[in-house]
Amino acid sequence: MKEQKLQVFVDIISNYFGLFGEDELVVDTPYLLENKQPQVHDYTGVIGISGAKKGVVYFTATTPLLSRILDSMGESDQGEDNLIDLTGEVANTISGNARKEFGSMFHISVPIVFKGAPQSIILPKNERSFIIPVTWQHQLGEIVVCLQD
Amino acid sequence: MHKLMIVDDSNIIRNRIQRAYDSGQFMLVATATSGVSALEKFNTHRPNVITMDLTMPEMDGLECIEKIIAIDPEVRILVVSALSDKATGIEALSLGASGFLCKPFSEEELVEALYELVQD
Repeated sequence: MKEQKLQVFVDIISNYFGLFGEDELVVDTPYLLENKQPQVHDYTGVIGISGAKKGVVYFTATTPLLSRILDSMGESDQGEDNLIDLTGEVANTISGNARKEFGSMFHISVPIVFKGAPQSIILPKNERSFIIPVTWQHQLGEIVVCLQD
Repeated sequence: MHKLMIVDDSNIIRNRIQRAYDSGQFMLVATATSGVSALEKFNTHRPNVITMDLTMPEMDGLECIEKIIAIDPEVRILVVSALSDKATGIEALSLGASGFLCKPFSEEELVEALYELVQD
């Protein structure tokens, strides 16, 4: 994937957090992950991409970030089920909104969500993975995008 | 009073929709987490207004819309989905959905979309 397309994902995630009031999302400089396992936080939602493009998009976040998003949604139940649900929903929203740019042949899977660090996350070979770090209310998350050109 | 069914595999989204609508105008009769479950509950509870996610396990929302409209062409379906491409919106409407609300949405946008759905 070319760097220029990263702006699509930056805009989507900024729009997502823009719904939650005045606290602005800080998007740090995206960087390229080369020959390394991607970092994961407490919860990670992975979306498989098929069709015109193949690859993965995933959203990973700390528990405090997810808790604050739930707060902003008016959701008082911050148990593990809802943290998992929210992680999948954010990953699904990021990927689904990307179809506005990439079209309906950008097929997205239902999210797979896991807690903690797996032994490894399999990213497509021979493709570059871009990491977009985000901070909201001083809490950390990342969007990882690995797509064929 | 409109009989409402909420179809979404996300508990958080179902809760958000439940908190947003006016209980004076809508009465929640069922919730479902997949297209298969929605179809079963539709036959049991016969809602006249449905909010429908598209990306769900078992049976996706588009297939579910088609099957529900085949049973009752008068039912009003609001698609609530992150799939924001034009083709998906057109397909949903051509299958019989009455409106489309893109995720993420604000509470105001949801309320407005629900009321527009039952206006005419």
